[in-house]
Amino acid sequence: MTEAVGSTSLVRLENVNKHFGTLHVLKDIDLDIARGEVVVAIGPSGAGKSTLCRVINRLETIDSGTITFDGKSLAVEGRALAQLRSEVGMVFQSFNLFAHKTILENVTLGPIRVRKIARDQAEKRGMELLERVGIASQAEKYPAQLSGGQQQRVAIARALAMDPKMILFDEPTSALDPEMVQEVLDVMISLARDGMTMLVVTHEMGFARRAANRVVFMADGAVVEQNTPDEFFTNPGTDRARDFLSKILTH
Amino acid sequence: MGALVEEFPVILGAFWLTVRLTLASAVAALVLGTVLAAMRVSPFAVLRGVATAYVNTLRNTPLTLVIVFCGLGLGLVLDVSFSESLSTNYLWLSIIGLSAYTAAFVCEAIRSGINTVPVGQAEAARALGLTFTQNLRFIVLPQAFRAIIAPLGSLLIALTKNTTVAAAIGVAEASLTMKSLFERHQDSVVAIFFGFALAFLVLTLPTGLFFGWLSRRLKVAR
Ligand SMILES: Nc1ncnc2c1ncn2[C@@H]1O[C@H](COP(=O)(O)OP(=O)(O)OP(=O)(O)O)[C@@H](O)[C@H]1O
Ligand SMILES: [Mg+2]
Repeated sequence: MTEAVGSTSLVRLENVNKHFGTLHVLKDIDLDIARGEVVVAIGPSGAGKSTLCRVINRLETIDSGTITFDGKSLAVEGRALAQLRSEVGMVFQSFNLFAHKTILENVTLGPIRVRKIARDQAEKRGMELLERVGIASQAEKYPAQLSGGQQQRVAIARALAMDPKMILFDEPTSALDPEMVQEVLDVMISLARDGMTMLVVTHEMGFARRAANRVVFMADGAVVEQNTPDEFFTNPGTDRARDFLSKILTH
Repeated sequence: MGALVEEFPVILGAFWLTVRLTLASAVAALVLGTVLAAMRVSPFAVLRGVATAYVNTLRNTPLTLVIVFCGLGLGLVLDVSFSESLSTNYLWLSIIGLSAYTAAFVCEAIRSGINTVPVGQAEAARALGLTFTQNLRFIVLPQAFRAIIAPLGSLLIALTKNTTVAAAIGVAEASLTMKSLFERHQDSVVAIFFGFALAFLVLTLPTGLFFGWLSRRLKVAR
């Protein structure tokens, strides 16, 4: 799969630092994600994985360092910021589908309101995307009427509807019942195959091995090591990673 | 009873005025209250400060004071005029007072409604690229309103009863009319009182029931 990955970087974090009060959550993070690359971020709770995702689409601000996305600095405000966010999809652990809108409305809201696409066109494309994630028959229902796995697939379709250049996934399967995990991972694997640039926070090693180009191991706000999935899981280079892997493998 | 039958057209006219006063003030209060609530959650400290000061002032001032200020302060001293007719002018001034007062309570109700919307909703909208105003308009406020329909109904009932304060500046709504009927029919004071009380009940009771029903119907399932 590595040959499909472009060589130009889509996101570049340089020397990024972030504090929550006195807590240093991101420490001198340097990270490059190439176009078409799938990066899995892994690490113990509190390592800063969610924060890493959230600074990339500026749901959190950073204290120092620079983040460039598609050649543009992320240090923007107002409409330019909204524009930038619309190019980076985000899939949350708790789905966060709009509770008062139908499944189809969830998927068309962004295209209609942000991209200013005509409603019928947005709905046509929305139905195609729902078809793709296997939820087309539920288009008129409300989020609460769907299972967790279905809701998360809708959330992926909602992100895709914006034609994002990249999608961030923050533990997309952690809130799911075990029998629903695979249906969501399958959608993500097919996205990866189609060349979507992805940063995925997950402890699903099966996904990492099958779809990721690179695993980034984080602990205490820093990137401790990074490697190909096979190298990382079979032959971790640091004690921290070895220790962490032994814990999740015994689960 | 005789007096009630005899004066029925007068009473009907008075309550019609009460209804108009209520509806006009309700619409204005809803609009102003929504704007105030949006200001209170906005990222701009100045807007938040202005809205907070407004709400704290109006919520803690007796309504009679507000109405008298609108009638005498705005009407007579500052010469604010909407109409040649004096009675129409006082009607508009009392609508200003009632809606300015009620808006403070509407604002607080909406704010409590906004607090019922999980943060993930607004966050997902931001991640899609919606601006702050779009986020409020399409995601946060629609869910907030659905959560506070019953309290808004209570505010409407309170407003219906509060319109009687407009009597203080001579608006011939129900209570002022009742007072003049008392003077004309001193033998039927009790009957007239119960007649008016019943008429208010006819206005407010269905309001409460309707908002209760609406609130159950529009509830957002999570
Ligand atoms: N909004 C916030 N305010 C204060 N502290 C925060 C906030 N968000 C996160 N933190 C703290 O920052 C640290 C990193 O959090 P983050 O959520 O990025 O970790 P994580 O690697 O995603 O962990 P998990 O596996 O538990 O999701 C944690 O110690 C967390 O408590
Ligand atoms: Mg996290």
